[in-house]
Amino acid sequence: MRYFRKEKIIELFLQWTASLSIVIVICIFVFIFKEAVPFAKHPGLGELFSTRWMPTSPQKESFGLVPLVTGSFVVTVLAMLLTIPFGVGAAVYISELAAPVEREILKPFIEVLAGIPSVVIGFFGLMVLVPFVKSCFGLATGLTAFSGAVLLALMAIPTVTSISEDSLRSVPRSYKEASLALGASRLRTIWRVTVPAALPGIMAAVMLGTGRVIGETMAVMMVTGNAAIITFWPFDSVRTMTATIAAEMGEVAFGSDHYRALFCVGVVLLLATFGLNVAAQKVLSRYRMG
Amino acid sequence: MVTWKNNGLSETKIHVSNLDFYYGITQALFDITMDIPSQRVTALIGPSGCGKSTFLRALNRMNDIIDGTRITGHVLIDDEDIYGSSADVVRLRKRVGMVFQKSNPFPKSLFDNVAYGPRTHGIKNHKQLSEIVERSLRRAALWDEVKDRLSVSAMDLSGGQQQRLCIARALAIEPEILLMDEPASALDPKATAKIEDLIDQLSDDYTIVIVTHNMQQAARVSDVTAFFYEGHLIEMGQTEQIFTKPQQKGTEDYITGRFG
Amino acid sequence: MSGKFSQKAMCWLMRLTAYFVVLVVGFIVFEIIWHGARAISWEFLFSMPRRSGAEGGIFPAIVGTFLLVAGSIAVAFPLGVATAIYLSEYARQGRFTHAVRVAIATLAGIPSIVFGLFGLGLFVIFLGWGCSIMSGCATLACMILPTIIVSSEESLRAVPQSLREGSLALGATKWQTIWSNVLPYSVGGMLTGLILAIGRVAGETAPILLTVAAFYLPKLPRSMSDQVMALPYHLYVLSTQHPDTAAVLPKAYGTALVLLILVLGVGLAAIIMRIHVRKKYKW
Repeated sequence: MRYFRKEKIIELFLQWTASLSIVIVICIFVFIFKEAVPFAKHPGLGELFSTRWMPTSPQKESFGLVPLVTGSFVVTVLAMLLTIPFGVGAAVYISELAAPVEREILKPFIEVLAGIPSVVIGFFGLMVLVPFVKSCFGLATGLTAFSGAVLLALMAIPTVTSISEDSLRSVPRSYKEASLALGASRLRTIWRVTVPAALPGIMAAVMLGTGRVIGETMAVMMVTGNAAIITFWPFDSVRTMTATIAAEMGEVAFGSDHYRALFCVGVVLLLATFGLNVAAQKVLSRYRMG
Repeated sequence: MVTWKNNGLSETKIHVSNLDFYYGITQALFDITMDIPSQRVTALIGPSGCGKSTFLRALNRMNDIIDGTRITGHVLIDDEDIYGSSADVVRLRKRVGMVFQKSNPFPKSLFDNVAYGPRTHGIKNHKQLSEIVERSLRRAALWDEVKDRLSVSAMDLSGGQQQRLCIARALAIEPEILLMDEPASALDPKATAKIEDLIDQLSDDYTIVIVTHNMQQAARVSDVTAFFYEGHLIEMGQTEQIFTKPQQKGTEDYITGRFG
Repeated sequence: MSGKFSQKAMCWLMRLTAYFVVLVVGFIVFEIIWHGARAISWEFLFSMPRRSGAEGGIFPAIVGTFLLVAGSIAVAFPLGVATAIYLSEYARQGRFTHAVRVAIATLAGIPSIVFGLFGLGLFVIFLGWGCSIMSGCATLACMILPTIIVSSEESLRAVPQSLREGSLALGATKWQTIWSNVLPYSVGGMLTGLILAIGRVAGETAPILLTVAAFYLPKLPRSMSDQVMALPYHLYVLSTQHPDTAAVLPKAYGTALVLLILVLGVGLAAIIMRIHVRKKYKW
């Protein structure tokens, strides 16, 4: 039974590779936290709750995450307000109303949108959307939270649409037929039967889309103006957490307070997206069992 | 409990004793004991879900690949316990060929399908492989139909041909026992007749165990018949006796079509 | 319901949302092609940049992106496929498998900039690889691992169980079965996933920003520990960091178009591959 040994070795090897995913996740948490934790000693965690992000101020450096968090928050909420109607609407249309031929044409476009690199979308935003927003709303600059939100919505729509569509399509045909047989119209069936049945899946899609939006970097950095101020007005410039890391990490001294502060931003991002992901997986798995 | 002693029909090839089988906590087979005669056709019949397929798959340990199954008892092939601690599954499956309910040709050429087993067991010489392929295909009564197109994909054959290819594939490893799990259930009557003829011819050289839900088929092809019901072996005997003078009420009900 | 009219209106509203998305996609692609096509020439593709990118070509950025793609795939593909084989063929339900699946879902959801921070912390600083192709490839490999695992596992699971049983019943061992009767049929699907991963690596900017990319480096790398330019980062630099905006604009459009062609071309290849595979193996 020489083969038995060989088989066992192969299985152990494959198991070892599979465990690598766990190791990587642990490493990510360890290394982000490792670089962030010294910040708690100096200048202290309280510093993070300050309302000013002025990491290079000559008088007094200040590392308040509040403007960055609100910046990300405003952009994310706006982006989701745009994403949900378009993303879910398109999903309902593609899975329930479109003719087969139409579906075959629409889906590749959504896939193409998912494939466009964020820096290209950002560049497009800079060239087309920003001037448009500026002149359309009569602003001093088009580099606003709103511009960022529009681009983010474009990037989140494919995620939301494809996951929602999957869950709409997995609603048993018998549900729909039962409703139609009772004399309900097609649209009434969609609103009252299909969409509610697929709602957990759609919710998970929205959560995963939100995760994608919070974590998106390049496009946001290019069009939101990057002003670290606390505002909830869509047509102000804002600075998101991701953009802050990307823009400033290149210029900080290794081990400085500023460097640590950027890793603290990373921790917030990591926890936020991790939380959203876990919640989405929970919703999805419960849905699959039910 | 039924024990059937195979009285002089031929010597015993497979001896099963006190076999219990569980899927998780559900018991699927209860204390099965039976002798399967050498170089004869043994048919396993019974309503669906009665455990006949599970029993068949226990004979070449195919149930091992299903998570959470458990088996107790003994299965001896030529007095060697296949569930013993020193048992070698690969050698066992080389001795015990299997043909599945739904024909499962590999999406490879006909030649590669039949040569799959021998290659797996280390035969690399092309001439030797060609001989094995021809011999196996002839044995499975398929050679004349496909000899000119051994390189076409097995998926291009008709359903009946595919099933005979699967039989040829199983024969290529030169087994002593052939297990067949409803080999004709997906075929039309003409293809079924061909398979049945084939089984008849093969029974001269191989010990064949066949699961079937078709009682006429069991009556036509088998020498011995075992009737399973809800995981129990209800009755086993020479096919003629089972179909003409069943000892058990359940067997009689099933055969006369009163349930199932 | 107030009858047919509102029904029709709703239907049209949803049709509108779907087509609006299509329209926007078309507009983006058209805009980049329209302005980018004029910038593209042999010189643009195959020569070094001059005056921080305002003149000359983008050859080092193309080479850099190619190296990053090749390097990260070379690391992630074998690991991803091996993990997928484990999950689809060997894993039993239990704590370990569950942990692996949670880890994969977590990896898939981590923002790319956080991967950048991780790469900076682990490869660049802790392992002392510095800002280098090695660090960048390792970081990108971690990022695309879940994509490759998920698509490979899917294509392995698409192979019918009956083929595994058929092979096992002939006395093949588990690994022989996987190697000669499962993997050959799922290779097509795996390559589709691979191609999608290539597209993702080629377009990603945030992680390489912190681990490998050079702002302006008009020469080719000599070893894996050199920095390189990369297309997406180059586009970012040209469009936002360059003082002479008007002069670099055509170059920026050209770069955007090259990147877009690369990513969409690769995506198209994936779609064609998928159709081809579906035709080849119909179960």
